[in-house]
Amino acid sequence: MIELSDVRKVFPARRTAGEVVALDGVSLSVARGEFAGVVGPSGSGKSTLARLVNLLERPTSGTVTVDGRVLTDLDAAGVREARRSIGMIFQHFNLLDSRTAAGNVEHPLELAGVGRTERRRRVADLLDLVGLADRHASRPAQLSGGQKQRVAIARALAARPSVLLCDEATSALDPASTTGVLELLRQVRAELGLTVLLITHEMSVVRAVCDSAVLMSEGRVVDGGPLAEVLARPDSALAAQLVPAPAGSGVGGDLVLVTVTDATPHGAVLQTLTAELGLSVEVVGGSVETVAGRRFGRLLLRVEGDDGRLDPALARLRAGGALVERAAAGDPRPQSDADDTPRPDREPDVQRLADAPDVQR
Amino acid sequence: MNDWSRIAPQLLDATGETLYMVGVATALTVLLGVPLGVLLTITAPGALAPHPLVNRVLGLVVNLGRSLPFIILLVLVAPVTRGIVGTTIGSTATIVPLTIGAVPFLARLVETSLREVAHGKVEATLAMGARRRDVVRTVLLPEALPSLVAGVTVTVVALISYSAMAGAIGGGGLGDFAIRYGYQQFRTDITLATVVLLLVVVQLLQWAGDRWARRLATS
Ligand SMILES: Nc1ncnc2c1ncn2[C@@H]1O[C@H](COP(=O)(O)OP(=O)(O)OP(=O)(O)O)[C@@H](O)[C@H]1O
Ligand SMILES: [Mg+2]
Repeated sequence: MIELSDVRKVFPARRTAGEVVALDGVSLSVARGEFAGVVGPSGSGKSTLARLVNLLERPTSGTVTVDGRVLTDLDAAGVREARRSIGMIFQHFNLLDSRTAAGNVEHPLELAGVGRTERRRRVADLLDLVGLADRHASRPAQLSGGQKQRVAIARALAARPSVLLCDEATSALDPASTTGVLELLRQVRAELGLTVLLITHEMSVVRAVCDSAVLMSEGRVVDGGPLAEVLARPDSALAAQLVPAPAGSGVGGDLVLVTVTDATPHGAVLQTLTAELGLSVEVVGGSVETVAGRRFGRLLLRVEGDDGRLDPALARLRAGGALVERAAAGDPRPQSDADDTPRPDREPDVQRLADAPDVQR
Repeated sequence: MNDWSRIAPQLLDATGETLYMVGVATALTVLLGVPLGVLLTITAPGALAPHPLVNRVLGLVVNLGRSLPFIILLVLVAPVTRGIVGTTIGSTATIVPLTIGAVPFLARLVETSLREVAHGKVEATLAMGARRRDVVRTVLLPEALPSLVAGVTVTVVALISYSAMAGAIGGGGLGDFAIRYGYQQFRTDITLATVVLLLVVVQLLQWAGDRWARRLATS
């Protein structure tokens, strides 16, 4: 549905700043009906990526294809036409203060030349859909942040788009409104068969709604894939952010990181370590998250009494489908506080990112 | 000094002339100044329709118009006035320099108002597939309306003061009246009366403009 192929975006040098390579050869493909997330540190090019999809920003090179149409080949009128089938919502809602909620939803319909009676009917349906049937006449200033974003969603859906772009759509909302808006997004995705590309810096948002995600760093996609697949890869940088590995610093002994998913064998790891090898095992940390509707956990175990049989045992467990690996004390992976706060200063684990496959799905 | 019964109707006529000059000049100024302000705004770098050359030239013209003292402009545009109206004397003739003086003034105010409209609103509208002229028509102007009304009010008040100045060279209206009767015949009472009238007119206009802008902003 959305195809970016080897897209580069270079912002030319200005008087105040040098040239910026915002996107450095990004290829990305989002299937019809998919709910795809884009995460990454501040300045990694997430917003630029989203703005390329409806050509608010023209790529310096590379092609953008949406619903089979190569947008980068279209003339201005063609681009305007194509934009009607791509809705977009923003962090700061961008509603018009001079219009009521209904007037805002009506705006794209006016621009598309839809007749008055049809517009009225559509606005009523849309405000109903987003749960604001009683706020037709409210001005944006009289609405809460969550309500404003609902109006913005209704507006974005007015022209019956097939794609919805969300750039930090919940970043200005409190947790309760965030949950509400995310639920609404999932609902409209299911009801209208939308393809959604969601930009966020909040891992909790990705965990709650996305089917797949990509991790960006310095203008490149460095990791990504369907979440279930990403999480099953113990060395995935994206997985490490989605479900951070527990910290093991200051703990002696052998550390073993166990990743638990729906697909991993139940109980096999502890059974092997304690009953078979007779090792003493202690849980030093753990985190469990529900991701894309499935439970997913990481456990950090401290193992004492290894007489050389631990590594072969781990290998055997891996062969049996378990996700186990040795972890170094003070594993430098991002911890859980990487969640929910943009950390422009945090350098990604360069080593691991370099090893990660350049994801193209 | 008991000639007020003779002077009062004349004072009223002069007030009418001032309102006529300022009224027509305001209409023409809005008609020309708003599009000029829109052009200045959208041709700026990074704006809706960036065009450095047009922007530079318009900016220069506007700055020239604004930096010229009105009294000099009056004299400078006299040939233009004669070409359009056929004379340079009287209130109708004064409308020409008034308009020429006020258009750059309003254009800058319009530019400032339109620039205040958050760029995100423009982007959201472009993302709907809007043409640029639709963005101007349905976003920039309506969103800036309260501020535009305030700008027009300021312009009207400036026009009143310009029109009084035009009286110095036979432009008609209250300024003309104050000079001919008050100044040249040493009638301080007449000067004071015109000043009070001017003040009342300005106050009324400012009040009405503020009220209108406020209603637009909160409705
Ligand atoms: N219009 C522009 N002109 C010049 N540079 C830009 C422009 N837009 C973005 N950039 C630069 O491109 C890079 C990527 O910006 P982008 O907004 O895509 O990052 P982001 O991942 O969305 O960050 P954040 O999480 O802070 O929103 C940054 O270095 C930014 O400064
Ligand atoms: Mg961003």
